[in-house]
Amino acid sequence: MFAQQVVNAISLGSVYALFALGFTLVFGILGVINLSHGGIFMLGAYAALFLITRFEIPFWTALPLAMLAAGLLGLLIDVLVLRVLRKREAPHLMPMIATIGAAILMTSLSQGFFGSETRRFPLELFDQESFSWGPLTIPVLQAGITALSVLLMLLMIWVLRRTRLGQALRAVSESPKAAALLGIPVERLFHLTSFAAAALGGAAGILIGLSFDAISPFMGQPMLHKGIAAIILGGLGDVRGAVLGGLFLGVAEVFAVTFLSSEYRDALSFGLLFLVLLWRPQGLFGASATRSA
Amino acid sequence: MRAFHRPLLLALTALTFSAAAFAGEIRIGLAEALTGPASQYGVPIRNGFLLAQEEINAKGGIDGNRIVLVEEDERGKKEEAINVYKKLIFQDKVLMVFGPTLSNSMFAAGPIANMARVVAFGTSNTASGITDIGPYIFRSSPMEADVVPVTLKAAMKHLGLHKVGIIYGNDDAFTKSGYDVFRQALQAQHIDVVDTETYSKGDVDFKAQLTKIKAQSPDAIVCPCLSEEGANILIQARALGIKAPFIGGNGFNTPKLLENAKTAAEGTIVGSPWFDGNPSTANQHFIAAYRKKYGADPNQFSAQGYDALFIVAEAIKKIHLTGQTDRDRQALRDALPSVQFAGATGHFAFRPAPQHGGKTGGYDADQPPFVYIVKNGKFALLK
Repeated sequence: MFAQQVVNAISLGSVYALFALGFTLVFGILGVINLSHGGIFMLGAYAALFLITRFEIPFWTALPLAMLAAGLLGLLIDVLVLRVLRKREAPHLMPMIATIGAAILMTSLSQGFFGSETRRFPLELFDQESFSWGPLTIPVLQAGITALSVLLMLLMIWVLRRTRLGQALRAVSESPKAAALLGIPVERLFHLTSFAAAALGGAAGILIGLSFDAISPFMGQPMLHKGIAAIILGGLGDVRGAVLGGLFLGVAEVFAVTFLSSEYRDALSFGLLFLVLLWRPQGLFGASATRSA
Repeated sequence: MRAFHRPLLLALTALTFSAAAFAGEIRIGLAEALTGPASQYGVPIRNGFLLAQEEINAKGGIDGNRIVLVEEDERGKKEEAINVYKKLIFQDKVLMVFGPTLSNSMFAAGPIANMARVVAFGTSNTASGITDIGPYIFRSSPMEADVVPVTLKAAMKHLGLHKVGIIYGNDDAFTKSGYDVFRQALQAQHIDVVDTETYSKGDVDFKAQLTKIKAQSPDAIVCPCLSEEGANILIQARALGIKAPFIGGNGFNTPKLLENAKTAAEGTIVGSPWFDGNPSTANQHFIAAYRKKYGADPNQFSAQGYDALFIVAEAIKKIHLTGQTDRDRQALRDALPSVQFAGATGHFAFRPAPQHGGKTGGYDADQPPFVYIVKNGKFALLK
């Protein structure tokens, strides 16, 4: 049973990690906690659902198209909401609250358009198979999600560390004003970041919709809570930290169920979050109190 | 100007008054959750009501009086249910009120109707204690406490249960009360509970809890869950290699479960006040008419809403409407308990709520549930 629970923990953790990736990116570069990420995550899943069920587009074409749609939505929120507040040099709290508004708007609109019932991708889209290895059963899709979130994390670290774009992004995250003085097109990079983060969020929604029966207008909110916990655990704005924080949260939740009781699951995992913050305010993996993308 | 305005105004007033008198309207309040998460129950209920209204009015209404449903959205929230109830009762002066959707909201809004001496009629409230609010509270939805023992008995006969595992959501009044009812019924029938697991609203991954239940190898898994979580739980249980059948509560009672869980739902046992395969003409007519009007399959909630309006129509037929709101409201209250009706949900009658400490309560549903089992992707009656 223990080995199976380890597998369960990793698969749950990688779902959180995937969601936290885009979330942390926006914070790292824009310095904004974008609470509409849950809404984008949800609309990404709906976009793919509609492309597949209405227009009968194969999954591997629908995935990038839906990611593009989610990305454009993120860009739209950046242009309509965040940019305006940036121009006014609004304090940190303002964009956060504005994005809550955007999230509520998205939830209510999609409730009107799609209805409030839970939907899922057609089951025949993928083999719902699991491979067994001794006493272990590992659902194939879950293994795929884990692999994908690790892959996306590595890709993002590579972009940030090894490319000129990444260099510019890191400069912006250090200080947007200094970066602008050096001739870096800061506003364009903000847009790009919002786009990329939203596309990642959309991808997370699609993948979670694939492995669980979970597409509903309300799917974003609980995931947002876990996502916030994951990025705080990992260290705000840190890409490695988001993934490790997500995995850590998954492990904490599953082990709370295994060794204690499911009654105390959230109490334990969020209590742990509290303790970690007392001990290391910069998060488990954050290098220091300063942001690092 | 003045001289011109006054006659116009008078004419207008006369017109509205005469229009109301001529149509002979019976205004009935309908407070359901039309938006928000509870709308997945509230909207089918409303659809059932509208269908019944259409059918009754198409046949000339009740003694020539047209039924008008005054719809309000209570959003599945207690505060909103209170507001909507006040509006319907004191402002719209409706004859009676249907709804609200959730038991929670009825606990909040019911006392208002009771104090105002207006019938409040729930079609989807299954929690215990609803009708303790007072003598003006009615419901047509059987309590889980009535349905679950019947379900368990049938499951025991079919499966030979000795030990079960339980998984339920402990942060929701509906699933929590479902759990309490199941636990009592299991105790009464001497079935061992080997493991109890919980989850929270919005969870999608239940593999940790299910792995723990699997280790105890129970004969069946009791799941007083809503269908959203239920489908995920079924799918993940099968993916983990759990073969034990599931026994569900009221929340499992929807075609959505089969649609979403597909083969994972095979063998699941559920009790319900409504059975879509019930061959009675009333039920088959309801299903066909609902499909025609909405292009979708009805569920238990729409069937209960549909029947409820006919039940009240039966009571209205028995009374003489005077046009005096208070008197008509009281007459309806007095006529309602003796109504018997055979509709889409089968034979229906009211039963006085058990008395607590000399306080008179309202009326519960007296209706035997159906128990079914999922066979080849369909609900089939469990004999």
